[in-house]
Amino acid sequence: MEFGLQLNERPMEAPREAHGHNHWNPYVDTGGTSLAIAGEDFVLVASDTRQSDGYNINTRYDSKAFELSNKTVLALSICSADGKRLYEILEQRAQLYFHKHDKPIGTEALAQLLSNTLYSRRMFPYYVFPILAGVKADGKGVAYSYDALGNMKDVTHIAYGSAAALVQPFLDSQVGFANQRNADPNRQLTRDQAMRIAIDAFTGSTERDIYTGDWLEIFVVDATGVHKEVRELKHD
Amino acid sequence: MDPITFELPHTLKAPKAAPSLGPTSRTMQPMITGTSVVAFKYKDGIMMAADCLGSYGSLARFRNENRFMQVGATTLLGASGDMSDFQFMKHKLEDLLTSEYDMDDGQSLGTKSVYKYVSNIMYGRRNKFDPLWNAYVVGGIDNGEAFLGYANLFGTTYQSDCIATGFGAHLAIPILRRRVEGRADEISEEEAVRILDDCMRVLLYRDCRAFNKQRRAKVTAQGVEISEPYALETDWSIADRVVGYGA
Repeated sequence: MEFGLQLNERPMEAPREAHGHNHWNPYVDTGGTSLAIAGEDFVLVASDTRQSDGYNINTRYDSKAFELSNKTVLALSICSADGKRLYEILEQRAQLYFHKHDKPIGTEALAQLLSNTLYSRRMFPYYVFPILAGVKADGKGVAYSYDALGNMKDVTHIAYGSAAALVQPFLDSQVGFANQRNADPNRQLTRDQAMRIAIDAFTGSTERDIYTGDWLEIFVVDATGVHKEVRELKHD
Repeated sequence: MDPITFELPHTLKAPKAAPSLGPTSRTMQPMITGTSVVAFKYKDGIMMAADCLGSYGSLARFRNENRFMQVGATTLLGASGDMSDFQFMKHKLEDLLTSEYDMDDGQSLGTKSVYKYVSNIMYGRRNKFDPLWNAYVVGGIDNGEAFLGYANLFGTTYQSDCIATGFGAHLAIPILRRRVEGRADEISEEEAVRILDDCMRVLLYRDCRAFNKQRRAKVTAQGVEISEPYALETDWSIADRVVGYGA
């Protein structure tokens, strides 16, 4: 047995950097863009349906926005595989809630559940940037934006995905009226205005972002339920 | 405390400064590989093609591989990538079919169920950092409707009217986009065979891991049919006039 430091010995060899290097990377970015615009008594969610792998288009129709209940929609971005699994988990939990309590799960409850689910994978995160949008118990429209670890914030407008850098400033201007001295900060968008802004955001993004295009799924959620509409984007 | 150390001859010593072996790692490279699978929907169902080569790096090692598997009555699985991982998947599917049969409830495994099973295994293995090194195409007829889906080692999945793996994604998809997309239900069996052979011929000319011995497979209302191996007619007379691409 040895005690203390033997001066004639060389210090222990520094561990070699083995982690992170030469390691298989399980994350892939399959592209696509999602946005949400919250109004007074409604919320709009829009996602394109292109799925890409590098310069290849895998498919022109792969949904990444889903109805979780008749008052909540979930839109995912970035990694399609993780997004689909996350949706399945939330869908199952929403079903369990419904059968247990005989009423649909509320948007606020789902929002916290999503945050917890993301954080439960803190050490191997889902590579997704979710937007959860719906109407709250008081009938007001709300959109929650998340990062991959579960940080959550309710917002009036948000864009995530491959064209987020193109869409977010557009929404800041047209929905948030940012840096516009003569704009009324309390002005609320109507449904038609929100719809036109969402469509314009995606037609513009399709021109400049190769990962966004093909089809656009738009969900409008209000007190009467979820209304889905599919529009065509450019297929190039 | 002043250390007083003495060693008996039989004292076991812990190794000093053990070199770091790093975290556990798993075999992360495919050995025997199969190249592209090409598949699309047509009027009567779905059609697929894949050649019979199992490559060992650049060596054309096994020249009589079958890269298709019939799963249940109405489903076809086509595999590219590591052939031993494909064999593993075949064993899993055979086990699944056996346990479903043992249920004895008159139900049979549908195409979408097989596709979900394959997808979940691929995604599960990715999450274990121990992927099955494959790209799979699952095709079939599910409740009278043609189905075609893809799953790979990252757990990425999608459905489309035309799917091709590997080099096929670069060389066959542009052909299929022009000749199949949007008109799948107009394509007769004869035309489907022509389209498929044209895709496979382009791959044979340009993919160094392709092989002129291939199988065609289809799923129609009549069930699954996997052809015997056959060769394509080729024309290399213009080959010496091709310029560029390193040639």
